[in-house]
Amino acid sequence: MTVAAEYGGTRPGAGSDPEKLLEPVLSAFWDEPESWTLETYRRHQGYEGMRKALAMAPDDVIAYVKDSGLRGRGGAGFPTGMKWQFIPQGDGKPHYLVVNADESEPGTCKDIPLLFANPHALIEGIVIACHAIRSNHAFIYLRGEVVPVLRRLHEAVREAYAAGFLGKDILGSGLDLDVVVHAGAGAYICGEETALLDSLEGRRGQPRLRPPFPAVAGLYACPTVVNNVESIASVPAILNKGKEWFRSMGSEKSPGFTLYSLSGHVANPGQYEAPLGITLRQLLDMSGGMRPGHRLKFWTPGGSSTPMFTDEHLDVPLDYEAVGAAGSMLGTKALQCFDETTCVVRAVTRWTEFYAHESCGKCTPCREGTYWLVQLLRDIEAGKGRAADLDKINDIADNINGKSFCALGDGAASPIFSSLTYFREEYEQHLAGRGCPFDPAKSTLWADNDAHLGVNA
Amino acid sequence: MNDVQLGMPQLPAPDYPADVRARLEADAREVIARYPGSRSALLPLLHLVQAEEGHVTRTGIRFCAEMLDLTTAEVTAVSTFYSMYRRRAGGDYQVGVCTNTLCAVMGGDAIFDELKRHLGVENGETTEDGAVTLEHIECNAACDFAPVVMVNWEFFDNQTPESATRLVDDLLAGRTVEPTRGAPLCTYKETSRILAGFPDARPGAVEATGGAGPASLVGLRLAKGETAPGRSADHVVAPRTTADGPAEALEGEPPSGRPDTQAPSGHPSSHDAPQETSASDDQHPAGPIAEEGE
Repeated sequence: MTVAAEYGGTRPGAGSDPEKLLEPVLSAFWDEPESWTLETYRRHQGYEGMRKALAMAPDDVIAYVKDSGLRGRGGAGFPTGMKWQFIPQGDGKPHYLVVNADESEPGTCKDIPLLFANPHALIEGIVIACHAIRSNHAFIYLRGEVVPVLRRLHEAVREAYAAGFLGKDILGSGLDLDVVVHAGAGAYICGEETALLDSLEGRRGQPRLRPPFPAVAGLYACPTVVNNVESIASVPAILNKGKEWFRSMGSEKSPGFTLYSLSGHVANPGQYEAPLGITLRQLLDMSGGMRPGHRLKFWTPGGSSTPMFTDEHLDVPLDYEAVGAAGSMLGTKALQCFDETTCVVRAVTRWTEFYAHESCGKCTPCREGTYWLVQLLRDIEAGKGRAADLDKINDIADNINGKSFCALGDGAASPIFSSLTYFREEYEQHLAGRGCPFDPAKSTLWADNDAHLGVNA
Repeated sequence: MNDVQLGMPQLPAPDYPADVRARLEADAREVIARYPGSRSALLPLLHLVQAEEGHVTRTGIRFCAEMLDLTTAEVTAVSTFYSMYRRRAGGDYQVGVCTNTLCAVMGGDAIFDELKRHLGVENGETTEDGAVTLEHIECNAACDFAPVVMVNWEFFDNQTPESATRLVDDLLAGRTVEPTRGAPLCTYKETSRILAGFPDARPGAVEATGGAGPASLVGLRLAKGETAPGRSADHVVAPRTTADGPAEALEGEPPSGRPDTQAPSGHPSSHDAPQETSASDDQHPAGPIAEEGE
């Protein structure tokens, strides 16, 4: 393909044929008129994985999911089956499953469309997981700011109860299970699993000291599994189609399929479900590349908390190991792409304002550090910064990273470090009264409309 | 301005009228029964009192405290932590413009500036007729539909300053407004009731706007052998920067954007502006109390 050649060479054997590279599983029938209904879901083998799981002993389900190699899709990539295995058995305490649907990481937009189009994949996964960890009560902690998704979840839970997939003695298995859909109230920090638990207990969402880990003392101090939406929603397909099928995708350490979310200055932003290990180059090749007439400048592999990449990293396989080895993290696979019209200082300043706003205030490095980063970055962006300020923001970020109470602080440091690594010159262009050399109007969605009308007319 | 009062403590908040109280208590008991621990119902109950009054009042805080056997200080501490709980009266329609990095860059800043100018309000303020409260919001998990505007937490995707202006004009005129993804708009209070855990009972609300949005389907369509919509013949796909500098095409780029939609150079953001302090808990004052040493 001529398109591929424009990148400056392709990897051997790596084409850009979307029919071969993509693997829609969770998204396979999102284009059906009523994709969210139980009826549609069952037409696509919905709740078949649950039937198989309920016929297995709970420990066997845990072992099966562990053998599949499924890793957490919420950012950290912890093996899902191992998380389940940590739940002590026969301890006489209630066990809880809490689904983290607080998707708020900047750039991340996979769980919300998944729940809007196919909520039953999550409900079925919940039944399987609760059978495995011997839980009778599950909670879906959905961020509050997505009412259309809340409606579909309310309806999916209602349908599942009516069909006997939730409630007492599910399909005669003896499993009793209640699911509560819980709407949050606006706080990024509640995506952190222990802050989420505090919030679900009706408190300010502030992270807890670990240990004890939630598997031992989670919700109401009882053994609790906290899993991301996509992790749990991936489980039914594994049970239904088999762990070998799952392992046939991706790599040894990063097996399976996942949702990649392409956004920003690309020709076709959206959801692309593919085996782990696809590259951004492949995704851009198949989807029409960057918007016409522009080139990639910087991008995030998994949300703003993962160190940014540049066009040097177009061929990094997007799996846990390769992205880590390249100096970032796979995170949520939120591929935010920015072209050459975007000021990196502006982007980092805005992300930092976000972290300062969302810092819960519990620990000093994050609360104070993010505040001062914002002050310095605003000055730098406005041309009021000095050369020493660049070392200063690096130093402050260093005092947040690894020294804050939870990962929000580490996330706040990531864009600072990575942007200084790749774009220090651009920071310097802002200093000493020079200000921002970019025109924000050129970055907008509509920036090129007039120009292209002129060309084509 | 912040209505911080030092000195004399306030009298306890008045209770709801008896009929309102009875109705809310029935709702509250239904919510509390869903949880193994009653305090877990606090976030839903705060949504519930917003559904009654449009914001979290001292009366609402007192109600939550009494239902859950908490102090009003404990409830206030929680309600002020979360950005979705309003601390003062707002409009029937909460218009939130995403100005987190990606949406801001894609045009969210320009949209927010245009709406502030058009409505004559600043961040967090309400139009005089009480119809629209404007605010900027953080990333709302719809980056593939950027720039995004939320009204009462329904999605308005791929907005421009012009489309967003039409949107608020429709809201001000009382016309029925339908989102890109979500149900026809109901009021802020009605939305809060859904958030409290009471499903939207309006016919067609769940089905409204169909399945996945267009961007959600791009990958699926490609996998089925269909062509991506945004693909055009003249695009340039991310050429690497060569030793000669950036690709040629960038230099001769014609001027773009409309003068009136350009974001200001400073990108002011009120992220760290001080928030109003909550009303203090009259029953548990933090100030000096005359017990010890008297």
